[in-house]
Amino acid sequence: MHGQAILERLAERFGDAIVETHAHRGDHTAVVTRERLLDVLRACRDDEALAFDMLIDVTAVDYSRFPGREDGPRFEVVYHLYSLRHNHRLRLKVRVSEDDPVVPSAVGLWPIANWLEREVWDMFGIRFAGHPDLRRLLLYEEFVGHPLRKDYPIDRRQPLIGPKI
Amino acid sequence: MGVGTFFTARLDEALGWARKYSIFQYPFVTACCGMEYMATACSHYDVDRFGAGLPRFSPRQADVLFVVGTISHKMAPVLRRVYEQMTEPKWVVAFGVCTCTGGFYDNYATVQGIDTIIPVDVYIPGCPPRPESVLDGLMKLQEKIAAGRQRF
Repeated sequence: MHGQAILERLAERFGDAIVETHAHRGDHTAVVTRERLLDVLRACRDDEALAFDMLIDVTAVDYSRFPGREDGPRFEVVYHLYSLRHNHRLRLKVRVSEDDPVVPSAVGLWPIANWLEREVWDMFGIRFAGHPDLRRLLLYEEFVGHPLRKDYPIDRRQPLIGPKI
Repeated sequence: MGVGTFFTARLDEALGWARKYSIFQYPFVTACCGMEYMATACSHYDVDRFGAGLPRFSPRQADVLFVVGTISHKMAPVLRRVYEQMTEPKWVVAFGVCTCTGGFYDNYATVQGIDTIIPVDVYIPGCPPRPESVLDGLMKLQEKIAAGRQRF
């Protein structure tokens, strides 16, 4: 299915839950409300015409210092979907504010979301409601802060952790 | 000068000579420098000329710890433990700029020089160091081993 047709299909089915859509050089993106995110994700997976059976990546963007977007919601969580059956792709985004950085977890839909969401929590401090085991993935427990947030000082040094004897 | 003094000094030298040609290394390879380490260890550069041809993959059987590649904060305790498991006498070589200073990884995850965790005897800078630099570092280490006071 062509990217534009995917966006139209989603807009037709979910209406207001699709905040906006855009396409850039063949990559099609839909911004979804947080409340309906899981419904949209599930539909993307289970709709025969869409059949997004792979969750390629979950990541996030911190827009706090992005020109023109400093005042909007601080984060965007980004889902990259791919359909092996139809060989088409889709990017879904959900906007999250700094005061309430929580997104429903997609672990129930794609098990790989477990580690991907742990990485987003590790790097951006965005929590995933319903995640079975939301620990840091790449960094260690003693690490303070979330280093991919734009307000994390680039030269901050964390204390060294020693061998646990 | 007494006979005993003369004798110990010569024994020191003999031991130093023996030790500098029996460098059993423990390659602690974590990153891209490992490729250059392998190039050095293979036949073209023939590291066996310096008696350092046999890597031991157990710290308890090794004399020299080659730290090859970036060390992250998460890896630091592991490196420290490997170092502590080595038996005396032991030496450490920091291979590549990442181990020397952190290199261009001036960020939240990277240890800014392994000398913040363990003592280092020879620093080999370079990103990665050419095999010639590695051999130069190895010879400097040999000098250091031979010149040092030998404990036995």
